Amino acid sequence: MNSVHGKFSATKTLFALGMAGILALSACTSAAPPSTPASATAPGTADNACPQKGVKELTGAGATFPFPLYSKMFSEYNTLCGVKVNYQSIGSGGGIAQLQKQTVDFGATDGVMSDQQKQQAQGGPVLHIPMVAGAEAVIFNLPGIQRSQLKLTPEVLADIYLKKITRWNDARITALNPGVTLPGTDIAVVHRSDGSGTTFIFTNYLSKVSAEWKSKVGFSTSVNWPGDIGGQGNEGVANQVKQIPGAIGYVELAYASQNKLTWALMQNKAGKFLEPSLEGAAQAADVASLPDNMEIVVTDSENPNAYPITGFTWLLVYENQANAAKADAIARLAWWMTHDGQKYAMPLEYAPLKGVAVTKAEDLVRKVKVNGQPVLK
Amino acid sequence: MAKARADIKPSSPNTAQVVLGLLGFRHAGTVNWTDNLFFALSRLFALAVIAMTILLVVELLQGAEEAIRKFGLGFLVGTVWDPVTEEFSTLPTVIGTLVISFVALLMAIPVSLGTAVFIALYAPAWLRSPLSYLVEMLAAIPSVIYGLWGLFVLVPVIRMSQMWLKSHFGWFFLFSGPANYGTGVLAAGVMLAIMITPIITAISRDVIRAVPRSQVEAMYALGATKWEAVWNVVLPYARGGIIGAAILGLGRAIGETMAVTMVGGNAFRFVTSLFDPVHSMASQIASEFSEATYSLYVSSLVYVGLVLFVITIVVNLLGQLLIWRVSKGRTTVLE
Repeated sequence: MNSVHGKFSATKTLFALGMAGILALSACTSAAPPSTPASATAPGTADNACPQKGVKELTGAGATFPFPLYSKMFSEYNTLCGVKVNYQSIGSGGGIAQLQKQTVDFGATDGVMSDQQKQQAQGGPVLHIPMVAGAEAVIFNLPGIQRSQLKLTPEVLADIYLKKITRWNDARITALNPGVTLPGTDIAVVHRSDGSGTTFIFTNYLSKVSAEWKSKVGFSTSVNWPGDIGGQGNEGVANQVKQIPGAIGYVELAYASQNKLTWALMQNKAGKFLEPSLEGAAQAADVASLPDNMEIVVTDSENPNAYPITGFTWLLVYENQANAAKADAIARLAWWMTHDGQKYAMPLEYAPLKGVAVTKAEDLVRKVKVNGQPVLK
Repeated sequence: MAKARADIKPSSPNTAQVVLGLLGFRHAGTVNWTDNLFFALSRLFALAVIAMTILLVVELLQGAEEAIRKFGLGFLVGTVWDPVTEEFSTLPTVIGTLVISFVALLMAIPVSLGTAVFIALYAPAWLRSPLSYLVEMLAAIPSVIYGLWGLFVLVPVIRMSQMWLKSHFGWFFLFSGPANYGTGVLAAGVMLAIMITPIITAISRDVIRAVPRSQVEAMYALGATKWEAVWNVVLPYARGGIIGAAILGLGRAIGETMAVTMVGGNAFRFVTSLFDPVHSMASQIASEFSEATYSLYVSSLVYVGLVLFVITIVVNLLGQLLIWRVSKGRTTVLE
């Protein structure tokens, strides 16, 4: 009681936590610009992939889902052309808002802009140029049942998420899985609690395959979930599913395969049960029925080899540009990303554009105009 | 001291004095201008804090304007959060936030008080410093680290405890929820309790130490044991400060974001048991802001922020009132 107290001081504890993994866009190591720029005729060839009018810097903002890929692409583009592309992955909503206010040269989004959002775009019509497709895996936790041993149809998945099917041994699930012993545990339905493009694609899919989902819940980056638990990010959902026996959730394919999560086979529109795969995602985005403006979520694709829970991620670019030099740079960057840049997609687990999707993307890039004149011919 | 100096007449004003005079400082023109400068600067900083608070409120009001116009005060009592149908309200998250904060406080107060009494009165000298240091270090851990630890370590333990509680006491409404999730009110409450314990402990310890020796010695002179002295004199004397410490802890719990997001379960609905998934206001704002794709959505999230701000202020005011009521002139840390 009466001994001298240890001196109280605001302890300046420097807590040195390993702060690894700070991802920075590569420092500008300016490569020698291509020697003889050919006249801008056939775009996309190696010697005029780079801006021809002196632009050295572009800014973009938006979706977080493609950020690892864009980061790689922009770093490579900088090495190739000496053009620095600053991309802030602030989320699709932020990207759209910045594009509307014209504070960035291009936006990026995982969802299609609504009509209201398009009206608020100060620079006029906006082009949705598809970059890559991403697939989502439906993951589950049932002791004794391995990856790809569980089959689900779209209707069953929707009813699980609607909480109409609440037990794993429900007749509708067991009928799909003869030979698999399903327990009577409650299904714990896990969703993303943060707004995300992943949720947008997933709920869009459920809206296409279930009229009840469409009318009761609908689709958006975040919805009013009938289900049970929300997890923060892919890792949050994956952890909840891993820890709770009887849980089901959805995560990006890249996350699921890197972490060897137990996923289900999903039945596509043609009736095939498929594992989530990049190939399946690429197939989903290669169908003749793609609209010219590419403003389509390619979930529930009619391609017989398509994995059904798949969606594009887009670059958002104004069709009518004011600054000729900027327009040239943006169009060439977009062209490069939809062609040579695609080779970086597979290693980072994104599905590259394929077939029809590439031609449609090309047509969109050619639409970029200055004073009514297309930038690329 | 300040008053005394104000009486001294100036000899001749220098530049600083003129500037200060123009700024309306009553001390301009006194002899010691450095003292005046210091006074002016500290006053400026103090005013800056007030200005910042006002700006914050203005900014929140502006940001929330669209949602306020659309939903009005009904926002506070509504129970739907649906970005698809553009319908927003905040009652379940307000309740969720308050519930987990109070659960945390209930658990943190006994632990903190015990620790504080032990450090201040019982611990041998060699143990006192390391123990204080460790407690203070807990406060320096970033909340996302707590969250990760919570998700990987705490939640499985909570899940097991919940399963046990449910199988034995499932008839009691607090233990009737879905026990196997692990995430939920209990996990978030325990998480927050751990996070606010350092602050409550540190302040309580200092308050307990500030109790005059004479009071305790008088108690000993009457033949009281140490326990009796602590219970009858030290704690009642330090009451105001301890409540202040608890209020500070509560303030932190209400505003905590990352850790709660990671262990709370984040379901937008009313909590009815300790096991239900819970969404807090702060975590909802943080989770949904980046992908809020239209202006009413963003505005509604800012509105939630405004409500959170008001709740924090009300809680702190109530705390001050409580301290003022119980302490009645005694020394407290917050006054």
